[in-house]
Amino acid sequence: MKLTLKIWRQKNAKAKGNFETYKMDNVSPRMAFLEMLDALNKMLVEEDKDPVAFDHDCREGICGSCGMYINGHPHGPVPAITTCSLSMRYFKDGDTIWVEPWRAKPFPVIKDLIVDRSAFDKIQIAGGFISVNTGAAPEANSILVQKKKSDDAFDSAICIGCGACVAACKNASAMLFVSAKISQFALLPQGRIEAKDRVRAMVEKMDEVGFGNCSNTGACEAECPKEIKLVNIARLFREYYKAF
Amino acid sequence: MALAGLFLLTFLPLHLIINFMLLKSEPGPFNTAAHFMATFPVIRIMEIILFGAILIHVSWGILLQIQNWLARPVGYVRSNKSETSFFSRFMIWTGAIVLTFLILHWFNFYFIKIGLVAGNPEDFYSVVHNLFKIPAYDYIYLACFTLLGFHLFHAFYSAFQTLGLNHRLWNPVVKPIALFYAIIIPAGFAFISITLWLFR
Repeated sequence: MKLTLKIWRQKNAKAKGNFETYKMDNVSPRMAFLEMLDALNKMLVEEDKDPVAFDHDCREGICGSCGMYINGHPHGPVPAITTCSLSMRYFKDGDTIWVEPWRAKPFPVIKDLIVDRSAFDKIQIAGGFISVNTGAAPEANSILVQKKKSDDAFDSAICIGCGACVAACKNASAMLFVSAKISQFALLPQGRIEAKDRVRAMVEKMDEVGFGNCSNTGACEAECPKEIKLVNIARLFREYYKAF
Repeated sequence: MALAGLFLLTFLPLHLIINFMLLKSEPGPFNTAAHFMATFPVIRIMEIILFGAILIHVSWGILLQIQNWLARPVGYVRSNKSETSFFSRFMIWTGAIVLTFLILHWFNFYFIKIGLVAGNPEDFYSVVHNLFKIPAYDYIYLACFTLLGFHLFHAFYSAFQTLGLNHRLWNPVVKPIALFYAIIIPAGFAFISITLWLFR
């Protein structure tokens, strides 16, 4: 395939960025999107040019590092996958692909397509945990958990914190992420003990770091690579109201 | 904001029922209802709550929107292609237009009632009939109620989500009810205006 890439290039956090155009020949439809970027970078290095900086780690859809905004979609046009799982077979010969970094005030661009997502870490540190004594793992059946609740908690816990929800939301809201982190604990007895403090602290931190507000557009749910549902946001609201 | 919005949602059907009295050929029933609304003490208290709800809903909406704009100082070059609820994208704009119409509405009626604008507060029937004879007013009225319908559709089911009332049992019925409400209320107001404009 022959492709035209329009990629956001920005030297550092303070520099003014711009789109650079790159022509790619011989892109195999069997390549993953990140492999295509690797091929581009190889080409740039051979030409003694600065390679495109992009975040990546596991390359199997579980670490959440590889977020980039491709043709108007976080993680590209295919639902329920991360950029690293995006195959080039979803593009056509002659396509122009626009690649941009996540855009949100709490996610400043570090370089090119890499953004600083430590705002999510700050929210997690504020309350996204349960306080337990270290030591041997407790007996699994000492606290019984309803199967349905256990499944729902797991469905929330699979959020990988990639930031696609923020990137997709017209308000740059982090509600889906925070609600998933709240839900995974709120649904389990171990998480109930600190539930009130947790939701207050995490919501307060979310607002403090500058994310926008949820206006229920549903873009986050549509673009989440792990298919985290909007019911989590409703649960976040319920937990928040109960905390006062 | 959702609570204030839900309160405003309950007021619209009441307003519509009173407006249907405009279709009668004699002014008595509508003017009596308008007089009752202007003087009955319980309604006067509800009026204060209603204005409070409007103030909270509007000011909160503007504040949240400013925060949302600030949360993304640099936008995307390629516009967002995410599958979203269509009307949810324009809530601030549909809301702003509805508010502008509401202010015009107050000039035509409420400010007459409280004596800020000249007019006969005992004969709103004639005021309405005269206004609907002006085609430009009808066009504005119909356009604003269409936009109100767009606003109400998202507002109705969005309020349930914000209040934490998203539940698998009633989720399938909330959107159809929202759609029904968002069509029937503006359609009712539009029906009255078109009838008075073209057939009276």
